[in-house]
Amino acid sequence: MRRALWVLAVLLSHWRRHKMQFATLLIGLIAATALWSGVQAINQQARNAYDRAAATFGGVRTAMLVAPNAATFSQDLFVKLRRAGWPVSPVLEGRVQLNGHSMRLLGIEPVTLPADVGNAPRLGAADLTRFVAPPGQTLVAQETLIDLQEAEGTAPPISSGAKLPPLHVLPQLVPDVLVVDIGVAQRLLNKPGQVSRLLIGKPNGRPAPLQSVVGDQLQRVEPTAETELERLTDSFHLNLTAFGLLSFFVGLFIVNSAVGLAFEQRLPMLRTLRACGASARMVNTVLVVELVVLALIAGLIGLVCGYFIAAALLPDVAASLRGLYGAQIPGQLTLHAEWWFAGIGISVAGAVVAAATSLIKAIRMPVLATAQPRAWQQAQHRWLILQSAAACAVFAVALFLLRYGESLIAGFGVLAALMLGAALILPAFLEIILLAGQRRARGPVALWFWADSRQQLSGLSLALMALLLALAVNVGVSTMVETFSRTFIGWLNGRLAADVYISASDNAQAIAIRNWLKDRGEVQAILSGGRAETQVQGQPVELFGLPDHALYRELWPLLEAAPRPWTRLVPGNAAFISEQLSRRLNVGVGDVVEVPAPGGPWELDIVGIYADYGNPKGQLAVNVAALIRQFPQTPQTRIGLIVPREKIPGLIAALQKQFSLDERSVADQATVKAESIRIFNRTFAVTSALNAFTLGVAGIALLTSLLTLANSRLPQLAPLWAIGITRPRLAAIELTKTLSVSLFTALLALPLGLVVAWCLIAIVNVKAFGWRLPFHVFPLQLIELVAVALLAALLAALLPVARLARMQPTDLVKVFANER
Amino acid sequence: MSAERISRRTFAGGIAAFAFARRAGAQGYAGLGDTADGFAPVTPGKVFAFPGDHGPHPEFRIEWWYLTANLTDASGAACGLQWTLFRQATQPGPQGEGWANQQVWMGHAAVTRTDTHRFSELFARGGVGQAGVEAKPFIAWIDDWEMRGSERTDDRTLAPLTLRASGIDFSYALTLEANRPVVLQGDAGYSRKSERGQASYYYSQPFFRVRGTLSIDDKPVNVSGQAWMDREWSSQPLSPDQSGWDWFSLHLPDDEKLMLYRLRQKDGRENLFGNWITPDGRSVEIAAPANSLTPLAMTEIDGRKLPTSWRVSLPGHGLAIETAPLNPRSWMGTGFSYWEGPISFTGTHNGVGYLELTGY
Repeated sequence: MRRALWVLAVLLSHWRRHKMQFATLLIGLIAATALWSGVQAINQQARNAYDRAAATFGGVRTAMLVAPNAATFSQDLFVKLRRAGWPVSPVLEGRVQLNGHSMRLLGIEPVTLPADVGNAPRLGAADLTRFVAPPGQTLVAQETLIDLQEAEGTAPPISSGAKLPPLHVLPQLVPDVLVVDIGVAQRLLNKPGQVSRLLIGKPNGRPAPLQSVVGDQLQRVEPTAETELERLTDSFHLNLTAFGLLSFFVGLFIVNSAVGLAFEQRLPMLRTLRACGASARMVNTVLVVELVVLALIAGLIGLVCGYFIAAALLPDVAASLRGLYGAQIPGQLTLHAEWWFAGIGISVAGAVVAAATSLIKAIRMPVLATAQPRAWQQAQHRWLILQSAAACAVFAVALFLLRYGESLIAGFGVLAALMLGAALILPAFLEIILLAGQRRARGPVALWFWADSRQQLSGLSLALMALLLALAVNVGVSTMVETFSRTFIGWLNGRLAADVYISASDNAQAIAIRNWLKDRGEVQAILSGGRAETQVQGQPVELFGLPDHALYRELWPLLEAAPRPWTRLVPGNAAFISEQLSRRLNVGVGDVVEVPAPGGPWELDIVGIYADYGNPKGQLAVNVAALIRQFPQTPQTRIGLIVPREKIPGLIAALQKQFSLDERSVADQATVKAESIRIFNRTFAVTSALNAFTLGVAGIALLTSLLTLANSRLPQLAPLWAIGITRPRLAAIELTKTLSVSLFTALLALPLGLVVAWCLIAIVNVKAFGWRLPFHVFPLQLIELVAVALLAALLAALLPVARLARMQPTDLVKVFANER
Repeated sequence: MSAERISRRTFAGGIAAFAFARRAGAQGYAGLGDTADGFAPVTPGKVFAFPGDHGPHPEFRIEWWYLTANLTDASGAACGLQWTLFRQATQPGPQGEGWANQQVWMGHAAVTRTDTHRFSELFARGGVGQAGVEAKPFIAWIDDWEMRGSERTDDRTLAPLTLRASGIDFSYALTLEANRPVVLQGDAGYSRKSERGQASYYYSQPFFRVRGTLSIDDKPVNVSGQAWMDREWSSQPLSPDQSGWDWFSLHLPDDEKLMLYRLRQKDGRENLFGNWITPDGRSVEIAAPANSLTPLAMTEIDGRKLPTSWRVSLPGHGLAIETAPLNPRSWMGTGFSYWEGPISFTGTHNGVGYLELTGY
């Protein structure tokens, strides 16, 4: 044991002499662990939130009975079923306006509520009495309380004037949901004796067949293992994971180069230890122990960094998920023990994998062999051939996936294969370029420049691969975001046709507003909209009522349409379908969609497809008059106005004063547009942040590689100095070399990045969001990225080059004195 | 099913339905001593009127319809069953409409054989029809469990009735007949539970003849025997220093019946109450210092020691018997847990009955 400690002390002494190398190793491990764990923390947080949402008092994790038209039904059916032995519990759901927020109101019956509804919050003993007995309670999440700016215990009124029971925080609850007793919900929603669905608990005996009790008034919906939300957001999390994985590998590149060099330099030390009598087993064991301990330390630091990264990114992720899918993620990061263990585990595993080749070499080392420092670079040529062959194989996989892959995973597979292949083939490409340069070079210094660049290639290749990947991803993601941004803004201009938007609190107010507006001269047109919700093929679908107005015909963007689509919309038997819904249902122009309506099925001919970016729900656009005929309950509270631009502020002020409308209820087009763009920008904030992180890690990889190389390159540089090339000149040559290989890499990254962008837009986006964007290339952006890459390389090269420029001549002389 | 039982049942109904308490324990019983503020008081001298009093009395805090049956199957093997509906009002005052109704209902059902004891429980809120009781025609129900009368049901005898209940692993369906009127317990239906005035209204139908089918694990058998139904309601059945009770309903030879219970106090003292019912339906309170109830054997269930065998001695009535449980593990592991099971007895009198042990 003591001997082992001595061996460890000797091995560790290496790091004392090579502090920079030590820092490099740690930075690599920390970077790898931090981004990976950060992304995992975010994903975990989101998944927990989906789970909570799914399980909230009998969500989709519980089997239930619903009416076929998804409408509410009489609670007499509940009693009938209970008396036939069905262990059902009633739920009434609706929306209420509270302090200007639209909230989901959930009425539950706690006495019969199935006890086994996932990880739903449970009501304790005394809580139950307080919940049910007057005045009762409104259960809310802490976040909701903050959003509403209400204190616990207050009983705020909803827009109808009715008061909620006092608010009470239930920590496990999802945000934006108000949970009340079913009786209270029936009163607040003005649906006496009505329920939305019946949750099915554990049977107590053998209930009569459903048909014999309620006929075909109710149908059973089985619980789903994966919710719609999870299915939709899967792609988003896969996206994050891909970024995390990329950073992880880039971090491991750093570790690999640091460990590789350290082992090479320690080979004489290992041989001496063995010669002194330390057994091979002991030396190897101590080597592994050293690595694992370092990985543990770095892993812990990485986890802490990962925590901060996750905490910093979470608000944007939450905003993205809310904007894209309507998913509610708490902004407060909570972590489980498994996360910490997994993070440490991946750090150790990564370190061992990255150091595997070096460890194996050390284990197999014959005790009497002479040292061959930098021998790992000598088999360069053979390696290049092997690596290029591997790259071709990986490209073949990419092609195969592109041709035959259908799923989102396949889309990411294409991306991964493309990037891996490109990374593998990079050294060969650079070798060819440098060889060409060498052949055309004149003069000994230029010749040496090219030859030495080639010789350096294997030492730098991992760092350059990292740079290539980071740049390619950057190009791809930036192109996609920019494309999206332009498409989105163009689309928004068409969609926001009216000049002023009003959302009345109820139909009565809407009528009053309309009557008032008729007497206002500046109002050129009053456009009424409306929305109803229904289900098509088991999916929630929004029915959007379009006013029949020339403005819409001109501006509303259609991606694809039958002849005279707007005219065909008017009679009420035709609809436009949103792009994502058309993909989900696999219907196109000319198909027929049957929509369940209160008065019976409503058959709609699809006469157009329109883009509906950012809407998590599928949508069908129909004539508003037809919508109200089919869904008489549709609130007619949305009003759009056409008003001359200069009259808008005055009109809005008058509206606000007349009907005491707040800013949420009346807004002009510019405000709505600005809000939409703000949400959109936040959506991609996290992507941009991760993008920057990845580029940063690639920069570190380049820096560390150059630093490790710098020391070992003295034997190559000293003779040049000895023959009269000054140190500043040497430094300048070194800098030029680094920048030129970086430039070649960056130039290679551009086409690769564009392919990545195409994959993102044409494959990943379509699978993930349901919409396809036109593909644009933005040359300015590309030039900017190349500049950023060169800047990163310059910064990375500056430190070693500065050291070289200021190096004492004695150090250079020593090279000759110490030469073995 | 004396006052103790009332209090315990009351308690059980209330606590279990509303708190799903897993181990209410002794302090749970103490809760029965809460003041009856706002609820109707129980006073002596009530004149019972049927069928009205078969129905619910929502102005009182607690109430139950409690039936136990001692049966034998075709092979002569003994078995027993229980069917109980508890009502508890969470708040006094006028009855709320629909979901605003303040009544909570709880059902317990059990079957017992020498080798098994199965039980099940149900909860429901009043006001919407999931559970309730109506006096005429008589029906008491919760979900698909019911005790139902018909056009033929006599208000005085509360018979005939049909009875059914089911759990995940048992079910039963029975018909109940009786040819004698219900019997008032305590002093003309006023059942005193302590020296300080806690009391309940209490009457029974101990003369039921039963026939029907009982199924355990989907194996139906025909059964027949006798049953005993207790009706009790109160607002404050136990005093704060009472910890639980041991209650007996005994079918003596020649259609004599004995209801007997012991209320245990926290200070170790105990009070014995009961009624001796003659075949013609006369009911007299038994109160004599020489009467005694002595535990003979204990059964340990879930860490609780329960006296499942007893010596009962009523010298004034010439009764000295020893009781033995059909199944000593007749534990009701429901939200509010207790021991309830069929027993047999030998001595000066031989017969069968039911025993209930609470507060252990």
